[in-house]
Amino acid sequence: MATKAFQKIYTKIIQINKATCSLNAIGVGNDELATVNGKLAQVVKIMGDEVTLQVFEGTEGIPTNAEVIFLGKAPSLKVSDQLAGRFFNSFGDPIDGGPEVEGEEREIGGPSVNPVRREQPSELIATGIAGIDLNNTLVSGQKIPFFADPDQPYNQVMANVALRAKTDKIILGGMGLTNDDYLYFKNVFNNAGVLDRIVSFVNTTENPPVERLLIPEMALTAAEYFAVDKNEKVLVLLTDMTSYADALAIVSNRMDQIPSKDSMPGSLYSDLAKIYEKAVQFPAGGSITIIAVTTLSGGDITHAIPDNTGYITEGQLFLRRDSDVGKVIVDPFRSLSRLKQLVIGIKTREDHPQVMNAAVRLFADAANAKTKLENGFDLTDYDERTLAFAKDYSTKLLAIDVNIDTTNMLDVTWGLLHKHFKPAEVNIKQELVDKYWK
Amino acid sequence: MSTKGKVKGIISNLVTVEVDGPVAQNEIAYIELGSQKLMAEVLKVIGDKAFVQVFESTRGLKVGNNVEFMGHMLEVTLGPGLLSRNYDGLQNDLDKLTGVFLQRGEYNYPLDTEKLWDFKPIAKAGDKVEAGLWLGEVDENHQPHKIMVPFKLEGTFTVKSIVPEGEHKILDVIAVLLDSEGKEIEVTMVQKWPVKKAITVHTEKPRPFKLLETGVRTIDTANPIVEGGTGFIPGPFGTGKTVLQHAISKQAEADIVIIAACGERANEVVEIFVEFPELEDPHTGRKLMERTIIIANTSNMPVASREASVYTAMTISEYYRAMGLRVLMMADSTSRWAQALREMSNRMEELPGQDAFPMDLSAIIATFYSRAGYVYLKNGQTGSITFIGTVSPAGGNLKEPVTEGTKKAARCFYALEQARADRKRYPAVNPIDSYSKYIEYPEFEEYISKRISPDWTSKVNDMKTILQRGKEVQEQINILGDDGVPVDYHVTFWKSEVIDFVILQQDAFDKVDSVTPIERQEYMLNMVMDICRTDFEFNNFVDVMDYFKRIINVCKQMNYSVFHSDDFEKYVGELNVILEERKI
Repeated sequence: MATKAFQKIYTKIIQINKATCSLNAIGVGNDELATVNGKLAQVVKIMGDEVTLQVFEGTEGIPTNAEVIFLGKAPSLKVSDQLAGRFFNSFGDPIDGGPEVEGEEREIGGPSVNPVRREQPSELIATGIAGIDLNNTLVSGQKIPFFADPDQPYNQVMANVALRAKTDKIILGGMGLTNDDYLYFKNVFNNAGVLDRIVSFVNTTENPPVERLLIPEMALTAAEYFAVDKNEKVLVLLTDMTSYADALAIVSNRMDQIPSKDSMPGSLYSDLAKIYEKAVQFPAGGSITIIAVTTLSGGDITHAIPDNTGYITEGQLFLRRDSDVGKVIVDPFRSLSRLKQLVIGIKTREDHPQVMNAAVRLFADAANAKTKLENGFDLTDYDERTLAFAKDYSTKLLAIDVNIDTTNMLDVTWGLLHKHFKPAEVNIKQELVDKYWK
Repeated sequence: MSTKGKVKGIISNLVTVEVDGPVAQNEIAYIELGSQKLMAEVLKVIGDKAFVQVFESTRGLKVGNNVEFMGHMLEVTLGPGLLSRNYDGLQNDLDKLTGVFLQRGEYNYPLDTEKLWDFKPIAKAGDKVEAGLWLGEVDENHQPHKIMVPFKLEGTFTVKSIVPEGEHKILDVIAVLLDSEGKEIEVTMVQKWPVKKAITVHTEKPRPFKLLETGVRTIDTANPIVEGGTGFIPGPFGTGKTVLQHAISKQAEADIVIIAACGERANEVVEIFVEFPELEDPHTGRKLMERTIIIANTSNMPVASREASVYTAMTISEYYRAMGLRVLMMADSTSRWAQALREMSNRMEELPGQDAFPMDLSAIIATFYSRAGYVYLKNGQTGSITFIGTVSPAGGNLKEPVTEGTKKAARCFYALEQARADRKRYPAVNPIDSYSKYIEYPEFEEYISKRISPDWTSKVNDMKTILQRGKEVQEQINILGDDGVPVDYHVTFWKSEVIDFVILQQDAFDKVDSVTPIERQEYMLNMVMDICRTDFEFNNFVDVMDYFKRIINVCKQMNYSVFHSDDFEKYVGELNVILEERKI
């Protein structure tokens, strides 16, 4: 951070703990940035002339005579078309060796959209993955996380979704990414030749955890620039929001706040909502869609992080390994896209809602048959057929390596229904059966 | 001279202000920040320091900034023209704000001061009046909007003059009152009222007893709510809280519907904005939006005004109740409001209660719920506020402070259940855990015998017994296996399934099935209970399942058909044929 001339330099720190330091200073604004011996910090508390600064890197090595310079502004990002194709750290500084971005400086964490100025989301986002497009269709302006255990390939699925979705810009916000995952994203985007429409803000596990608190708002400030100023369709990928929430817990703990459920700060819901609610369809055509990752601990969705997330987002996507076919599938039972009703059968073929429900219902029958089998009960002919159907359905549609268009997905489903069942067994409206049964 | 102050300390949106004069608890203050003024409310006073919560982001605020105290608490503006508007938690008209983004410090007047209203006097010169009595009325979206003696006036007044029928703006003086000392008081169509104080211009608040029809069978039939009643809907995410709430607000037999979207998803409010101006009120045929007011404080809007939003909504409800109208107020979700209280209590360094919520949480909830109710007004008319809140229990665990606090205050409990939602049995209200205390009221019993039939409550209780029995039998079947229990057990279980599929489950997205008038609910319950009381003959359990699946299928087709239409009667015929097959 370059310092300007004639700025007042404070050199007397009166209190230091793990995350914050305090000093006497006047004329300081709330949320303002400062540097403490060159380390970036932000004002979190002002009491009379005592100012408390949260040092993003941590306070290791900060002496009581450290030089503190207030920068007179809240965290901000310079926005312009030059952002495209670039990689930045949590502070919006380039980490790809390229030049500084020139553009208008905007404070991050800006105001929220007036709800009466929002458009109702109505545009389908196709990903080619049937577990998503067929059963849990995404809509632009939606916010939805993957709930996944750490060993599942959520970053790969997300990268695929990003590349296949027809969007103008993809903004990656990486929080606590391992260096390997960071390089994976970089390579995938590079190899696909789409770097010019991607902007990345990355905090890896090598960076201090508190820094990652800035990542989502950096990413969303860039997203708002493209969606509002340029009317573009922007897809924001946030991985992993659990690391973000963990960083919130660290800060709140060091600031002596009383923790609520699962040691998370009491404001967790509002903190997460502030980020996710940036997903919006603007009336002028631009949109921000957020796909996030929330890693679970042992699949527990009652933990405060996934629980609060579920109350905020418009559905969730679950990945699961289907041991019968040896593939990772998008779990049709626990996954849900709340906005799919706005597009299925409207933007897709008329039979979509019914075919989707029929297949999931039969998949559920297969799960019951499997339980029966495991408990040593005899299977009926119908049970056997549902099990055979489930294997086909998992392999040809639910598996995450499937890449076909929605109409094709519907045709494949009809094919499977025909192969394993009689029309009377699928509970689909007669006129649709007459038209599509094959 | 109003009290002034200067900012002394800032932690997030809790600001310490050094004041130069008297301040009141909950008084409103404005903090200067450049050219903007940020609204704030006093939460605590120690010596000359007032602790205020700012309703907006405090970014950039500095020590030494000027603060002005307003001498009143947070107030809402009440008058004709509230209906059909979309407000934020502080009653700013969202449609009047021009930008796409909400700008900090932007406030506006919530009503239209230029519109002309056709005023008709009710009182006449010489009448003795007191607070809340009706002076006249204007037509607001086809409903009589009463112009009342301001609630703040204490004592008895004489009407000195009142304007004759004619067009007036809301701020025109429409009447002059004389107090006991002969002092003149000018009355306009607008008055202000502090949101944290209940409006109590009624003479009596009896136990409510009149059924409030919602068209939702699992409510009206199984656990009815009444005009002036209170209820709450707890449920984990994805169990259909919002869908159920929207269904109630669309269909309920209320004159006025006030929706407080408190800390929930913005796109859900957008859905109301898009649908309500198009959908028709099933009782009047007019557009739903005409009877609706939306208070939107979505999850990304300032946390501090979440609390204000539910109080704003309640105060507007009380205003319309004083006009003798039936008001339905919905708040989604009261948990978000409680969380806002928790954030603030934490910043004030209060000793926490369970899960870090403030100690007085359940008292706050109880006081709020008690503002609902059925009342006799001073002129003998009645009015009501029915209040239904949703609760979003953390981790779906109903043993958390907000759910427990609400359970003590609300009289109806609609428990949304994950297992039911997973099996797509919507609305996912658990029929056995849920309850309505009103069913036990003798007043209600008396009312419902006249409205429906004298044996209605006993039928409903029989239905619940069968559901309970069905559940027990199902557990036994699960343990012992299908053929490990007598065939009778299967019959009992499937009878309970008929009740579940035909009465309790309802398709909120189907034009016909989504709304069931009480007459139709009576018909269906009678029909289903007749089936449940019939003895059938079966040789094995497989036949039981197949047979009852056919019954359910025909009954469901009836639910999807217009009542007593040809289709409907055709299915009745089919049902009777099926029943004859195995009747003993």
